[in-house]
Amino acid sequence: MDLYGVEIASRLLLGTGKYPSPAIMTEAVTASGTGVVTVSLRRESGSQRSGQDFWAMIRGLGVRILPNTAGCYSVKEAVTTAQMARDVFGTSWIKLEVIGDADTLQPDVFGLVEAATILAGDGFEVFPYTTEDLVVAERLLEAGCRVLMPWASPIGSGKGLNNVFGLRTLRAHFPEVPLIVDAGIGLPSHAAAAMELGYDAVLLNTAVALAGDPTAMAGAFAKAVEAGRAAYLAAPMEPRDMAAPSTPMIGKASLE
Amino acid sequence: MKITVNDVGREVRSTLLAAALDELGYTDAIIATAINGHFVAAAARPSTVLAEGDELEIVAPMQGG
Repeated sequence: MDLYGVEIASRLLLGTGKYPSPAIMTEAVTASGTGVVTVSLRRESGSQRSGQDFWAMIRGLGVRILPNTAGCYSVKEAVTTAQMARDVFGTSWIKLEVIGDADTLQPDVFGLVEAATILAGDGFEVFPYTTEDLVVAERLLEAGCRVLMPWASPIGSGKGLNNVFGLRTLRAHFPEVPLIVDAGIGLPSHAAAAMELGYDAVLLNTAVALAGDPTAMAGAFAKAVEAGRAAYLAAPMEPRDMAAPSTPMIGKASLE
Repeated sequence: MKITVNDVGREVRSTLLAAALDELGYTDAIIATAINGHFVAAAARPSTVLAEGDELEIVAPMQGG
């Protein structure tokens, strides 16, 4: 999978938040086989310096970093956070979140397009967290995004693919654009379903971090993503309304 | 000089950002900074002058999805 000219082997991208402990987080990342983890920026205390330990741990994982602008509700906040992230992480990759609603964490797609335009113009490689809206997707591509990350359902909800029709339409409309389902995945079957639709990858966090055994769940997601991708490449059959027997009727014994 | 650091009032002697960060315990730390809502790149910290009442934000890598 090519993301902004970088070849990424695993189609599972993993978040680093909400794990029971840093040790379990690192185990889960390893078990997932991911090549990309998301991270954020938060206030650092000069006396505790807790971010420094976290950063040392993340660097030790040897995976690529995708910083986010989580929690930003305005274009200015998101753009400034992206600039700070580039300074800290030394990458032009940014998972751009401009949130429009606190209950659903639905993207403010108007602010998103505006921020993406500013950041792409400033040399960022933007991974926009967006909805499945086709026209917004078009605008984001016009803004300079070369990857799109539509949600499946609200962040942390675990509800899976809320709008399969919309996601399928987006895939069909942009066959060449890397599409990553981001947010709302709760089960490996959701991830597999997204991959079966032809999505290039899945980004998730809570479904692994809040599992009873995050490491085992990370492994389960890795298999699901792989299986979903293989199924997509194998060209699934078309569903039909009526039954079609798998066993031939010809040659059936007459037993009445 | 009184400034606020991550919303907490602090007193610093240094007038340059890089020196003030050392004073505040951030020596060699991996951080990003903004003053009054405007990003200040690491390379610009040695020459960035602080003013009374400035609001300094200091962030570092943290867990996130």
